[in-house]
Amino acid sequence: MTAMSNAAGFPILSLITWLPLVGCLVMMMVRGDEQTVASNARWTALWTSLLVFILSLVLWVKFDPSDAGFQFNEHVAWMPEYKVGYSMGVDGISVLFVLLSTVLTPICILASWESIQTRVREFMMSFLILETMMVGMFAATDFVVFYMFFEGVLIPMYLIIGVWGGPRRVYAAVKFFLFTLTGSVLMLLALIAMWLHAGTTDIAVLMHTTFPIGMQSLLFLALFASFAVKVPMWPVHTWLPDAHVEAPTAGSVILAGVLLKMGAYGFLRFSVPMLPDASATFAPFMFTLSVVAVIYTSLVALAQEDMKKLIAYSSIAHMGVVTIGIFTINVQGISGALFQMLSHGVVSAALFLVVGVVYDRIHSREIARYGGLADRMPAYALVFMLFMMASVGLPGTAGFVGEFLVIVGALQVNFWLALLGGMGMILGAAYMLYLYRRVIFGRITRDDLRNILDLSPREWVVFAPLIVLTLWMGIYPSSFTSYFDATVGAMVQHHTAALAATTKLAGNVIMSVGH
Amino acid sequence: MNWTLALPEIVLACVGMATLIFGVLRKQDSTLLCTMFTIGGFLIAGLLVLTGTSGFGFHGQFVADPFSAFNQILILSGAALSSILALGWNRSEGIARFEFPVLMLFSTVGMMIMASASNLMTLYMGLELQSLALYVLAAFARDNLRSSEAGLKYFVLSGLASGLLLYGISLVYGFSGTMDLASLHVLLMNPASASAGLVVGIVFVLVGLAFKVSAVPFHMWTPDVYEGAPTPVTVFFATAPKVAAMSLVLRVMGTSFASLLGAWQILVVVMSIASMLLGALAAIGQTNIKRLMAYSSIGHMGYALIGLAVGTADGVRGVLVYMVIYVFMTAGTFGCIMAMRRKGRAVETISDLAGLASNDPALAMVLALFMFSLAGIPPMSGFFGKLYIFLAAVQGGLWTLAIVGVLTSVIGAFYYIRIIKVMYFDAPAERFDPRPASLSFVVAATGLFTGFFFLFPAPIVAAAQAAAGVLFK
Repeated sequence: MTAMSNAAGFPILSLITWLPLVGCLVMMMVRGDEQTVASNARWTALWTSLLVFILSLVLWVKFDPSDAGFQFNEHVAWMPEYKVGYSMGVDGISVLFVLLSTVLTPICILASWESIQTRVREFMMSFLILETMMVGMFAATDFVVFYMFFEGVLIPMYLIIGVWGGPRRVYAAVKFFLFTLTGSVLMLLALIAMWLHAGTTDIAVLMHTTFPIGMQSLLFLALFASFAVKVPMWPVHTWLPDAHVEAPTAGSVILAGVLLKMGAYGFLRFSVPMLPDASATFAPFMFTLSVVAVIYTSLVALAQEDMKKLIAYSSIAHMGVVTIGIFTINVQGISGALFQMLSHGVVSAALFLVVGVVYDRIHSREIARYGGLADRMPAYALVFMLFMMASVGLPGTAGFVGEFLVIVGALQVNFWLALLGGMGMILGAAYMLYLYRRVIFGRITRDDLRNILDLSPREWVVFAPLIVLTLWMGIYPSSFTSYFDATVGAMVQHHTAALAATTKLAGNVIMSVGH
Repeated sequence: MNWTLALPEIVLACVGMATLIFGVLRKQDSTLLCTMFTIGGFLIAGLLVLTGTSGFGFHGQFVADPFSAFNQILILSGAALSSILALGWNRSEGIARFEFPVLMLFSTVGMMIMASASNLMTLYMGLELQSLALYVLAAFARDNLRSSEAGLKYFVLSGLASGLLLYGISLVYGFSGTMDLASLHVLLMNPASASAGLVVGIVFVLVGLAFKVSAVPFHMWTPDVYEGAPTPVTVFFATAPKVAAMSLVLRVMGTSFASLLGAWQILVVVMSIASMLLGALAAIGQTNIKRLMAYSSIGHMGYALIGLAVGTADGVRGVLVYMVIYVFMTAGTFGCIMAMRRKGRAVETISDLAGLASNDPALAMVLALFMFSLAGIPPMSGFFGKLYIFLAAVQGGLWTLAIVGVLTSVIGAFYYIRIIKVMYFDAPAERFDPRPASLSFVVAATGLFTGFFFLFPAPIVAAAQAAAGVLFK
């Protein structure tokens, strides 16, 4: 465990985490007619989230990639009688997710500039609260603090889907809430069991605590219940298509971009390092579920009539690749999973924005409703194509690197795993190209599509950073992988050592029984 | 004698009698003044409790210790919040009479005696003083059929429970020869002295007390009484008497009968599981929000009982923290329910809340906060209550209770978030009438406590720890 160090010189993580709430307070102060309040809320939210983004760049600059432990640490006593502290810190695994959250939030706010017209202030407040919860969850280095942020995400997201969503929003919001909560409460029991066993909830200490093997399996299953719902893994993924279809564009963007990463992040932060034996035991189980997810949801995506639903199913398939990578527990696999999470965070977010563009104009997400958009919206077609190719995994885009690394990692485990996991890329190409053809090419048949407008300057501003990121991650991936190389290396090493210790222990027992 | 230990109770009782005489002699309406005197009495009693010393008084019949102090402060807070809420309500319902605060005050005296009882006889006296005042309060809106029904129902069923309790006490006395809680504890250290008759007596005592905390299967009265009684009385029912009864259960079971844990633990486990399940399942179909809160409170008592079932200091600490959090969030929720008035009439179905977020964003936000807290979603206080309880349960190895507990809290979350759904997702109904400032004050104060408990859990937990430590020396 590294010493308490904070390269920034001030509590940067707490600042990034809590600053959005200050924005909320400012919004609550505003008085005036609805128009004033709305425009004020939009600008306050935008500036707050931009400020948070700029501050989070400090992490990007000052982070020391050669250090595998937690950096920018903060600690305040909180529940002293149980040695629970409010502690924050980021390591190679979490630092880029903090940045992903702070990048996507201003984009979401900008994307809902015109499409959200009712109760604008409440919407912007929900988004800023959501940013607090997301950043806090990635930055927490205490299990209890992590849990509070992890569950706290439910509150703003429930409102975002339920208040500003589509026609079946109530069903989708309640389903989202209850699915996630069921998983979370089981994690709470695991958290308590680990807490009582180790006497602390400090994540760095827990990572080096050895739990008895029988206990590990139960803990793994309890954590699995929570993280698998969040990822989501097949067969507990059914909430996701509903939530995506009903959520407003910005809600889908943040859901696909960041919220789905919470589950995979949980596996990487807790299950793999803290429960090494159980992770090894359950790896085949996880592979099976992931492979089913990759192939099954890809096929389902192929049959979708609704654009958002199609992208939602493709998200499940892509996250299946992530879980394969995580449980290969080798350097390539985990690096690939992390990269895939980041690239999916950017690309799927962008794809939901792409759908949002035409939805704002025509108010339909039905694929058959469109066709021939290339004639009227050449710039849109270009942007769509870039993200479509990135989603398919074209070399030179963000999507390629992650999938490639995961397949390399999977090959070291099992050829069939790599082959079946790789099927996702082929099927992905099928459903994405099919979608693209139906929406963009062909002839315009409907009148309202004849005078549809191309991307507005605001939409360009929304897409520009995502385009840059997609290409940057594809062309020069090592500027991202270098952030987590050290941490992933240490994690794999720790895992191998822990497994070796168990085997040795078992060997000793057998030897002593033999004597 | 050492009667100064009972100074808070004595002062409070004197304030009550003085207020009663003042109210009778004064010609004009004196409700406001009497309420002020009552709240003043609560404040003075609270200060006396905080500054008082510990020890036994009245020949060991009465005890003042950190445990009684903790519960008495909580009882006084619940009673004070209810009397503030009652001010505006009684006036608009036309039942504003000076007897109301006075009855509340005497009931509170009874509860404080319950918290301080160190003898089964004192316990019974406190309980009866409390109950007698509560019967009248439940039927206070005497021209209202439902209120009279609530009063009568509570009177009959509570009388039955008191009878069972008294019978249990007599058995315990008959088989052990003492009614003193400390002597019982010493006596039962020797397993041979736990005769079958004594165990039967303990079961009867437990049943009588379970009725007062409305644990399943002794909960039948709760929904009807909660629904029928005037809402400020419901607030009172849901807060202070629950604390008093729970403190009795903890003290009697946790000290005197602690060494027989093996005999009664299973009863508490069953009651706890049944209460959690019923609280979660029966509330789903409710349309009346007061009835829903009745089932909700049954469920919450189920969670609190987990701490008792564990039978350790950590368990009791969990219960105490839970009760603090429960009292404030329940009082706040009922405060919001009392704000539901249209054209001068109270409305109480859930659909009346439709679209509250557009009509009255502040009220909707606070009620949503209470609902998330009741559901146990962090960072609201309700989460911490459950956290400490489950922590104790896992520590005590009661995995069944912990698992049933978390799963029922998911089921419970369904109806809590349904209320949020009605407020935020549905089309707006008519606006509510403007609400009195006293109500806004209570709702804001309890809302702040519930929303920001996570910033300062340490002092309350430390106080609960000190209180629980008294029982387990």
